[in-house]
Amino acid sequence: MRQAQRPPKQGRGASRTPSESVSTSVAKGPGASAHKTGLNDRWSSYLAHHRHSAKDSMSRLLAAPLQSLMTWLVMAVALALPATLFTSLDNVQSLGQSWDGAPQISVFLNVRAREQAILSFQQKLKASEQVADVVYVSPEQALREFEQSSGMGNALQTLDVNPLPPTLMIIPAADLSPASLSQMGEQLKAEALVDEVVFDRAWVDRLHQILALAEQLVLGLGGLLAIGVLLVIGNTIRLSIESRRDEIVVIKLVGGTDAFVRRPFLYTGFWYGLGGGVIALLLLQLMLMLLTAPVSHLAASYQSEFRLTGLGVDGGLFLVVLGAAIGWLGAWLAVSRHLDDIEPT
Amino acid sequence: MIRFDQVSKRYPGGHEALNRVSFELADAEMAFLTGHSGAGKSSLLKLMMLMERPTQGQVFINGQNLNRLSSRQIPQLRRHIGVVFQNHQLLFDRSVYDNVALPLVIEGYHPKEAGRRVRAALDKVGLLGKEKQNPIVLSGGEQQRVGIARAVVNKPRLLLADEPTGNLDPALSAEIMSLFQQFNDVGVSVLIASHDIALIKRLKKRVLGLSKGELVHDGVLQHAPSTATA
Repeated sequence: MRQAQRPPKQGRGASRTPSESVSTSVAKGPGASAHKTGLNDRWSSYLAHHRHSAKDSMSRLLAAPLQSLMTWLVMAVALALPATLFTSLDNVQSLGQSWDGAPQISVFLNVRAREQAILSFQQKLKASEQVADVVYVSPEQALREFEQSSGMGNALQTLDVNPLPPTLMIIPAADLSPASLSQMGEQLKAEALVDEVVFDRAWVDRLHQILALAEQLVLGLGGLLAIGVLLVIGNTIRLSIESRRDEIVVIKLVGGTDAFVRRPFLYTGFWYGLGGGVIALLLLQLMLMLLTAPVSHLAASYQSEFRLTGLGVDGGLFLVVLGAAIGWLGAWLAVSRHLDDIEPT
Repeated sequence: MIRFDQVSKRYPGGHEALNRVSFELADAEMAFLTGHSGAGKSSLLKLMMLMERPTQGQVFINGQNLNRLSSRQIPQLRRHIGVVFQNHQLLFDRSVYDNVALPLVIEGYHPKEAGRRVRAALDKVGLLGKEKQNPIVLSGGEQQRVGIARAVVNKPRLLLADEPTGNLDPALSAEIMSLFQQFNDVGVSVLIASHDIALIKRLKKRVLGLSKGELVHDGVLQHAPSTATA
C-alpha cells in the first residue's frame, strides 16, 4: 500500500508542466468541451473502431478455438445441407436439359400404310410452318436399329413378320408453344394414317415439374435451417453479451452510443457466419471431389459426357456471403433484444 | 451548471428517494452531498446522468432540461459529465491506458490526440508509469485514481463523484479529495457524494445535506478543526 502511494506524489511533483496543461485546457471555459473533434477525425476513428472491433472480435473467437469451431461447424453443416441439395438439383436439371434441346414427336403409322401414302404425308407435314423437319423411319430401318442397339438380333430373326410400324419423327419449330404443340398432336391423331402420337418431351416435362417441386422443398428446408442458424448465432451472441456485461455498463456510463456497444457483437456474428460459410463451401467441394470420379464412370457407361458441376465462383461466393449475412443478422437480433436489458444502475 | 427544480423521485414499489429537492450549483463551484445511506445521494447523481428519470420536477445540466432529452441523446449528455464511482467501474480485461482512453475512443478521437490526453490525465493523477499495467494489480487508491483519470480525460466541465473515498483510508481519501479540488481550481464544477464528514469539514466547501429524500442543509459546515487544510 505504502509503496503504491509514493509514485503519484513523485509524479505530481516531477511533471508539473504537463499536469497543468490538462488543468488549463479544462478551464478553457464554455463550449470547450462541446466539440473537440473534427469531422475527419471522427470518420477516421469510426473506421478505426470498425477495424478494432473486427480484429478484437476475431481474436476473441480464436482465443476459445474449440467453442468457436463448434459454432462454425454447426453453421457449416446447416449451410452445406441445402447447398448440397441445390447443387444436386442443378446437376439433375442440366442432365435433363441435354435431352431437352429438340423436343420430338414420334408418329407411329398404321402398319398397313403404303409407303407412297406415307411419303406424301411426310411432304405435307414438312410444308407446315409449325414443323422444322420430318424424318421417315421405315419398319425395316427401325428393325435394324433395334437389332443393333438392343443386342437381341438373334431373337428378332426368329420372327416371321416385322412387328414395328413405320414411323415419322417430327421435330417441331423451335418457337412452338406447348399449347400449339399439343394441338398439333391432336390434329395428327385425327389423320387416318396415324395410329399413335407420342411426345418424347413428356417425361422431360414431368422431370422439370418434379425438379421445380424439389426446388421448393429445398428452399423451404434452407429457410428452416437459416432460422435455426439465426437462433444458434443469437444464443451464442447472447452468452457473449452476458459475459461482457461490465464492459457494456461502463461504455454506456461514459457515453457510448448503442451503435458503439453493438459493433463488436455484430462483428462476432459476422465472423461466425463467414467462417461457417467458408467451411460449408469446403465441405461441398470435398463431396464433389469424392463424387466426380464415380459419376463420370456411371455417365460413361451410358455413353454420356455428363460431368458433375459445383457451385461455381458465383455460387460459392453467394454461399459465403449468405453465411456472413445470416451471422450478422443473428447477432443483430440478439443484441437488439438483450442490450437494452443492460443499463447501468 | 446544475439546477434541480422541485425534483421528486419515487421508485416503483412506493419508495420515495427524493422529495421536492431544489438547489443550484454554479459554474466552477465545488460542493459535497452528504447524508446517510438511503438518503437519496445516489438517486440524485443518477438523475443527473439520466440513469434514472425524475417522477416530478426538472433537472437542468448546463442549461439543458434533461426531461427534454430522448434516450438517444443520453450518450451525448454523459460525454460531458465526468463521473467517478465508488467501485471504480474499471475494466480488468485491458490496461490502465485503455481504461482511461475509453471515453476518447467512444468520442472518436484521433489515436495520437487521445494518447496525448490519456498521458496528461494519468500524469495528473500520478499514474503515468503504470499505463501498461492491468488495473487489477493496482491498489484501491490507485484504482480510484485511474477512475478519476478516466472521468477527466475528455475535459468535462462537470465532475460527479459517488463516494470516491468509500473504501480508502484517511490519508488516501485526503489525497483523492485534493485531486478533486485541483480540478475545481481550474474551473471544473465538482459535486461529490460522501459521508466522510470529518474530511468534508476540513475542506470548507458548500455542503448539501440530504435526509430521507429531502434537502435539509445547504451551506459550509462550521466548527472545522483549524489545523487541517488541504
